[in-house]
Amino acid sequence: MQSDSPLIKLDAVSKHFGEFQALKQVSLEVGLGEKVVICGPSGSGKSTLIRCVNRLEAHESGTIVIDGIELNESPQNLRQIRAKVGMVFQQFNLFPHLTVLENLMLGPVRARKLPREQARETALNYLGRVRIPEQADKYPRQLSGGQQQRVAIARSLCMEPEILLFDEPTSALDPEMINEVLDVMVELADSGMTMICVTHEMGFAKKVADKMVFMDHGEIVEEATPDKFFSAPDSPRCQDFLEKILHH
Amino acid sequence: MFVKRPKRKILVLALPVLLSGCSGDWGWYVVDPTTPTGLTNLKFLLSGLYYTVSLSLIAILISVFVGLLVALPGLSQKRYLRRINRVYVELVRAIPILVLILWVYYGLPQVTGLSIGVFWAGVIALALSDSAFQAEIFRAGIQSIDKGQYEASHSISLSYPDMMRFVILPQAIKRILPALGNQLVYMLKMSSLVSVIGMQELTRKANELVVSEYRPLEIYTILVLEYLVLILIVSAGVRWLERKMKTDER
Repeated sequence: MQSDSPLIKLDAVSKHFGEFQALKQVSLEVGLGEKVVICGPSGSGKSTLIRCVNRLEAHESGTIVIDGIELNESPQNLRQIRAKVGMVFQQFNLFPHLTVLENLMLGPVRARKLPREQARETALNYLGRVRIPEQADKYPRQLSGGQQQRVAIARSLCMEPEILLFDEPTSALDPEMINEVLDVMVELADSGMTMICVTHEMGFAKKVADKMVFMDHGEIVEEATPDKFFSAPDSPRCQDFLEKILHH
Repeated sequence: MFVKRPKRKILVLALPVLLSGCSGDWGWYVVDPTTPTGLTNLKFLLSGLYYTVSLSLIAILISVFVGLLVALPGLSQKRYLRRINRVYVELVRAIPILVLILWVYYGLPQVTGLSIGVFWAGVIALALSDSAFQAEIFRAGIQSIDKGQYEASHSISLSYPDMMRFVILPQAIKRILPALGNQLVYMLKMSSLVSVIGMQELTRKANELVVSEYRPLEIYTILVLEYLVLILIVSAGVRWLERKMKTDER
């Protein structure tokens, strides 16, 4: 990995859902260790954008290159990219029939082919990092939403990814549980992880973001440093959006 | 629990009512275990149990396996794979079981040149017929699993077989367990049709005894009770399994 080429490079990426164009020629670069926060009104294409990065949605045109590997039809490329890219979902998507520990060990054992003992150690280590080591033998439904999301983060980390994608990770949580998840995310950011977060938690964004991206109608409308983004965004649509969500 | 008791009482009450027919035209002596002939006859009837059970169990195992294999292409994004699933299900589902049994036993050896015994002809016919239904059950069960489970599996780069084996199927099977139980009950009953090609299972044994003893009422009543007991045991087993799987998650 050369230091001058970005870790993630999206170039003129487009995507339709039937008639509806979810992404219009979107280009974005994310460097190693960079934290990008994407916000925008619902239906603006921000979730679709990060879901294209690990091909949960296949883009139709444009190119996506991750760590020098192009994301395309090739199953081999896809496998390599998915091994580098972790994802945390709004609805957690934990495996309900497996214990917390089994949730964390499944990927390392089956996909990374780690020996069980080592996978277990890794899992317990990350469970400690998200501060719920005592929940290892419980089932997801026995945990609170905040705990479940932290397990989901730990599950991604067990794959030792280079990039973590967060798709509105706190939107399904009760307000009192949002901070425990954000705290873990801030710690991750401090550890140097490359992150792309779709979120409306602007306090979190101000704290960790290197770059702010505002999307509307499938386009990137504003891309700026947090300082500029929050004090003097160029586009009126972005100003308008920020006014609405920062009002209270 | 208290819901089950009245059912049992009704069963227990029904037996004496049936058996009280002894005094009239009923001739229970044919299966009276206290007489030597009765005991021999009874043993003869029960000796079909082995084939009924082994036939049904082997057939259901094969049909679950084949059903799963047929269900998977039915869930594919690719049209031609879904088409294969549809054609199989529609075709197999359209053949009456009795017809399939006759065809497999008399027809298949001519097509393949291999002679298969009565037992395996029965197993193949029952399994084939049931597999179309199993395929539909599996498809519905797998489709009921949340899309997020697939996405999470992809995000930790599980391969398709691993995703199915460790994430999707364990959850789907739990949901379709009652339907699988139904199919097993259905299979036990349908196995009686294999008697037409000479399989020595419960129904065939009863038929043979009726021919020699001329007591159809009593002998077929015993036959009914044999299936009833068998199926009640299976139902209890399935319910136990369901409960066990549920408590596993707690």
